[in-house]
Amino acid sequence: MKRTITMTVNNKELTLDIDVRASLMDVLRQQGFTSVKQGCGVGECGACTVLVDDVPVDSCIYLAMWAHGKNIRTAEGESRNGELSPVQQAYVEAGAVQCGFCTPGLVMTTTSFLENHKGEKPSREEIRVGHAGNLCRCTGYETIVRAVELAAKKQNEE
Amino acid sequence: MFPIEKYHMAESVQDAVRALAEDENARVIAGGTDVLIRLHEGHADYRNLVDINRLDELRRIWKEDDGSICIGALASFTEIMNSPLVREFVPVIGESVATVGGPQVRNRGTMGGNICNGAVSADSACAALVHEVDLVIQSPDGERVEPVLGFHAGPGRVNLKTGDLLTHFRIRPENHENMGAAYYKYAMREAMDIATIGCAAGLRTKNGAIAELRLAYTVSAPTPIRCPEAEKTAAGQPLTTDTLDAIAQAVEQDVKPRTSWRATKEFRMHVIRTLAARVITEAAAKLGEQVA
Repeated sequence: MKRTITMTVNNKELTLDIDVRASLMDVLRQQGFTSVKQGCGVGECGACTVLVDDVPVDSCIYLAMWAHGKNIRTAEGESRNGELSPVQQAYVEAGAVQCGFCTPGLVMTTTSFLENHKGEKPSREEIRVGHAGNLCRCTGYETIVRAVELAAKKQNEE
Repeated sequence: MFPIEKYHMAESVQDAVRALAEDENARVIAGGTDVLIRLHEGHADYRNLVDINRLDELRRIWKEDDGSICIGALASFTEIMNSPLVREFVPVIGESVATVGGPQVRNRGTMGGNICNGAVSADSACAALVHEVDLVIQSPDGERVEPVLGFHAGPGRVNLKTGDLLTHFRIRPENHENMGAAYYKYAMREAMDIATIGCAAGLRTKNGAIAELRLAYTVSAPTPIRCPEAEKTAAGQPLTTDTLDAIAQAVEQDVKPRTSWRATKEFRMHVIRTLAARVITEAAAKLGEQVA
C-alpha cells in the first residue's frame, strides 16, 4: 500500500514513496532524522514530538500520509550552522539534559510553547501544563522548567 | 507499521460515506489518537480505515443564525479550547476537552472521535450531555440528526450504522442560553490520565432557586449518563447546601459505578456524591449565584 507524499522537513522539500501503514516517526527516522525518538509508541511519552505546521504532535501516532503538503520541524532543524537554537542552548545552560532521550521531543514542545507565548513570562504552572505531554525519567522536571523559563527570558530580551 | 489492511483517504464527505457504506467493518480515522493506539495494540476491529483527515470542512467551528453553536467533528481539542465561540457560548465544552491527555494529544484528538468511539470515560461526554448536543450525521440516505441523549448504547458502542459519518455537533440556543455549566475530572494524575469519574452540571436559576439542573457523569455507569432522579430532586429547590445534600443522595439512584483497577465501586460512589455538590456550586458561581 504505497503512496507518494511531498512534505517539507526542516526547510527541505522531500518527495517520498511511503507505506500508508507507516507512522510519521517511522518515515522521519528512516530519512535520518534520528532526533525523533521512538519511545512508548502510543502518544504518552512525547519523545517523538515534532512540529507539523508549527503544532506539536506525537509522530508515533501520526500517519505519514497526513504529512503530505505539511511543514515538519524536528530538533535537527532547530540548530543552524552548528549553532544551537536559543531553546536548545537554554536546555544546556539549565542542565536540563541527562540521558538525553526525551530532550529532542521536549525541545520541540518548548519551541512551540514559546512561539505561542511571545512577549509573555509564562508561569511555572503554565510551563508544566504546556509540557505535560513529555515524560522525562532523569531530571525530575525542575531543570526542564528552569530551561523553559530561561529560554522565555532570552526570547523576550531579543 | 500499523496493521492496517484496507485504507481509503476520503476526498469528500460523500466519498467517505460511500466508502463506509461499502464495508461494514470500516472504521473512521480522524485524529488517530485512539485508533492508531488500538492498531498498535493489535486490535482487529480497526484494520479497515476510512481516513477523513483531508475533509477540512469538518474542522470548522461556527455559529448559525438561530444562535446554534456548531463544532465540526474533526476540530481538534486544542481548536475547540481556543475557539472564541466556544469560550463565549459553551465554555464548559472547552474546559472539558482541556483535560484530555497532554498538548500533543489535544492537538490531534477530536470531539467527534471522543463521542463516536463510545468511551465511558470520554472527557467531552459530560459537557455534551449537559448541553444536549445534536449529532449531525451524513449517511447514504442523507442527513439526520441524533440527540446525544441515548446515542451511547454501551461501553464502546454508539448508535452509528454502517455508512454513517458524524459531520458536526450542534448546540441549540435552548441548550446553552442562560446556563451556567462546570466540569470536574477526577483522575489520579493531572495530565495524561483517563478519568476515574467525570462530572458536569448545567444550571439555570430563577430568583435564587434552581429552575433547571442538568447533571452528567462519566465512568459511573456502562455509558456516560444524565441523572434524572438528581435533576428531579433539584427542580424548584433553593440553592442551599441542604439541596446539594439531597441531590448528592438522589444521585445514588442514577449511577451504577463498578470496581476496576482504577478505583473501587465504593470509592467511585464517594467521588460521585462529592462532585455533584462541587460542580453545581461552580456552575452557580458562573451565573453569579452563591450557594446559601
